[in-house]
Amino acid sequence: MPEIETPAPATPGPAEPPQQVEREFTVEALTQRQLVFRRFLRHRGAMSALVVFAVAVLLAFSSIGVGGIPGWWDASYTASGQVVDGGSPTLDAMPSVIDGDGMQVGAHPFGQDDIGRDYFALTMRGTQRSLLIALLVGLTATVIGVVIGSVAGFFRGKIDALLMRGTDIILTIPLLLISAVVGRMNDGGAVSLSLLLGLVVWTSLARLVRGEFLSLREKEFVEAARAMGANSTRIIFRHIVPNCLGTIIVNATLTIASAILLETALSFLGFGVQNPDTSLGKLISEYQTAFQTRPWLFWWPGLFIVLIALTVNFIGDGLRDAFDPKQTRVRA
Amino acid sequence: MPVFVIRRLVVSVFILLVSSFLIFILVAHSGDPLGDLRTDTSPNRDQKIEHRIEKLHLDQSDPQRYVTWLGGASKCLVPGLGCDLGQSVRDQDVTVLLSQALSATLQLVTAAILLSMVLGVSVGVVSALRQYSGFDYTITFSAFLFFSLPVFWVAVLLKQYLAIEANDWYSDPRIGITATALLSVVSGLFWGALLGGNRRRRWTVRVVAALATGGVLQYLSAVEWFRRPSLGPGLIALLSFGAAVGFAALLAGLHRRNILYACLTTAALGSVIQFPATSWIEDRTWASWLNIGLLALSAVAVAVAVGFAFGGLDRGPAIRACVLTALFSGLFMISDILLRTVPSYSKKVNGRVLATTGAETPDLHGTFWQNQVDQITHLILPTLAIMLISFATYSRYSRATMLDVMNQDYVRTARAKGLTERTVVVRHAFRNALIPLTTLAAVDLGVIVGGAVITETVFARRGMGSLFVTALNQVDPNPVMGFYIVTAVSIVLFNMLADIAYAYLDPRIRLT
Repeated sequence: MPEIETPAPATPGPAEPPQQVEREFTVEALTQRQLVFRRFLRHRGAMSALVVFAVAVLLAFSSIGVGGIPGWWDASYTASGQVVDGGSPTLDAMPSVIDGDGMQVGAHPFGQDDIGRDYFALTMRGTQRSLLIALLVGLTATVIGVVIGSVAGFFRGKIDALLMRGTDIILTIPLLLISAVVGRMNDGGAVSLSLLLGLVVWTSLARLVRGEFLSLREKEFVEAARAMGANSTRIIFRHIVPNCLGTIIVNATLTIASAILLETALSFLGFGVQNPDTSLGKLISEYQTAFQTRPWLFWWPGLFIVLIALTVNFIGDGLRDAFDPKQTRVRA
Repeated sequence: MPVFVIRRLVVSVFILLVSSFLIFILVAHSGDPLGDLRTDTSPNRDQKIEHRIEKLHLDQSDPQRYVTWLGGASKCLVPGLGCDLGQSVRDQDVTVLLSQALSATLQLVTAAILLSMVLGVSVGVVSALRQYSGFDYTITFSAFLFFSLPVFWVAVLLKQYLAIEANDWYSDPRIGITATALLSVVSGLFWGALLGGNRRRRWTVRVVAALATGGVLQYLSAVEWFRRPSLGPGLIALLSFGAAVGFAALLAGLHRRNILYACLTTAALGSVIQFPATSWIEDRTWASWLNIGLLALSAVAVAVAVGFAFGGLDRGPAIRACVLTALFSGLFMISDILLRTVPSYSKKVNGRVLATTGAETPDLHGTFWQNQVDQITHLILPTLAIMLISFATYSRYSRATMLDVMNQDYVRTARAKGLTERTVVVRHAFRNALIPLTTLAAVDLGVIVGGAVITETVFARRGMGSLFVTALNQVDPNPVMGFYIVTAVSIVLFNMLADIAYAYLDPRIRLT
């Protein structure tokens, strides 16, 4: 919606002729995007979650580098080596007043695994792959869900019935069942796994988008666009979808968060990412039996999973509050 | 409505057919069914391969195999013919496997679902009533945290920190000063947030609760209650009266004396009946689920009679409150018996009271009550693991619906009429907030049968989850299809029930 400049109203007064009121400032209305942005910025939980998420992503991608670009961390996640001190972590976060040693990072802050690989590098690599999987799944699911939901909601009738029955077919199959079956067919790489997973998790978004479309297609702007000669594709993607953007974005964020947890669950059952590719879920499932003797192998990837899922969930919740026009109460 | 049900069923059958075909094809192609046999070194390897090809019809095309399976499965619909869902690669009947797995899974998830529903909804409702308070923020953050936890990560952590540490503690069950202090503070904060009120009242409640908790914990520790736990007749009576007052206050308000007296009478009857009742139940010849069930029914009947007699004009709330009091009183009695069985059970399992794997201790040879304690201790950890996430979902959802309802006009009208806050909340707001929750609960019940896969794998319980994972690893379509059929039928049925329940509870909805 374009910015509207409201003409300044004339002040009522019996003696003064109607004229423009002089102000030092201009009054303009906020666009919806600006409104949402401001509400989001004020949501403290979501903003702190966004900062933490950005730091985590930056750490994961800059520390060991990605796609050939080297990072600032020396150890590699593939190089096995000497296991020092049973592989225990060298990270010391207690300052010298408590500990005596002082804070230090050390050569292996997250420890080493059983063949001597640096666990920090391994965790960072796992985080990169998990983030990639989550993002790809979210993207694929959103694209498919929006297309199917919009077509079903816009055209209604037989197409709607057919598409919704198709959605129901996928919905009746328990998610873990179909993900596990699909995961088994996959060659083990992260990218193919995420594309396959994206093909099965789009159902709730499709239903939501269809619901929104069913109500929005009766609005006047659709009729106006039709009268001006727009074809259906244009109306769907240029006019109606931008109006559902709130629901879509919120749902996409929540899909990303649940995709991480889904991938973790699949890797635990053995149907997720396989060797040589890695991910946080695979790291945890590999080292779950080592928990009693070498707990760091289990704690660090788990903490990163929880961190990413938690921050993305908070961001999604903040977005939902920001997009919600009925949000009338604020903290006093 | 019959038209709705029939139309839904017909469409569901069609959907189930298509999706079962899809799953069959996916499973059949997800790997090599002869994989383990190809690397087999035994002399009759070729015969084994032939036998498996014949059994799984691997020489036929996929649609043919599917039709064979479908023919067997459709015999289930006719009550007379036996159900033939095929056999697994280990030559076991899938129907037998399924029924065993199903009962094991249901035993696991029932307690988790009920507890998480009750706790989640109550916490969510209180959180909504105290929006933007410290309690609300804590609960919201906890809910988000629990959403973001991977189930098996939590399960492994629980196994280590709860089970092993708790079992170590149980060998010398004393509560230290730091633990007492921490628990007292938490308890004080919790009760203060729960009971609410103005600043002064909250602080009084906090201090009193903290002191009470601290005192009780220190007393229990000093008396070594944990070695020989029991509730005792006095405490049972006290708790029954407490429950009576609580339910009367919640459902009717303490000023309605007739309902209060009805509940107190029920509690008094319970406190008296507990002596013969507990000795009957504990008696070896009596102990069985049938007898406990009979006692429960008679307790409810007595409660209904008391409520009816005292009710006067408010028979409905009176009967409800009395029945709840009677059930809780019975619950306290049963807990007492279970607690008193713990020492003898602990001796049988060498002090490792909280079990980490399996559904029961093998070769326990215990009495009826020891078996019950055994099953319960095996259920505690998996139930906790399932409850965490379920609780978060219910509390978020009930908070959202309750907030929605509290902002409606009719709540404002009710307040303007001069009704007490308790009546407005319990009678008007809560009932309307429950309607969308029914949908959520029904759908949740539908998916729960197939949804505990991870928990069952981590805690090594043989249920639907392990059936599915094993079959999938062996590329064995028949058990997977059996698993799918049970879960899909459950989902479809409960979705339909959810729609019907919604239409029944909300008169604005018409079933189409």
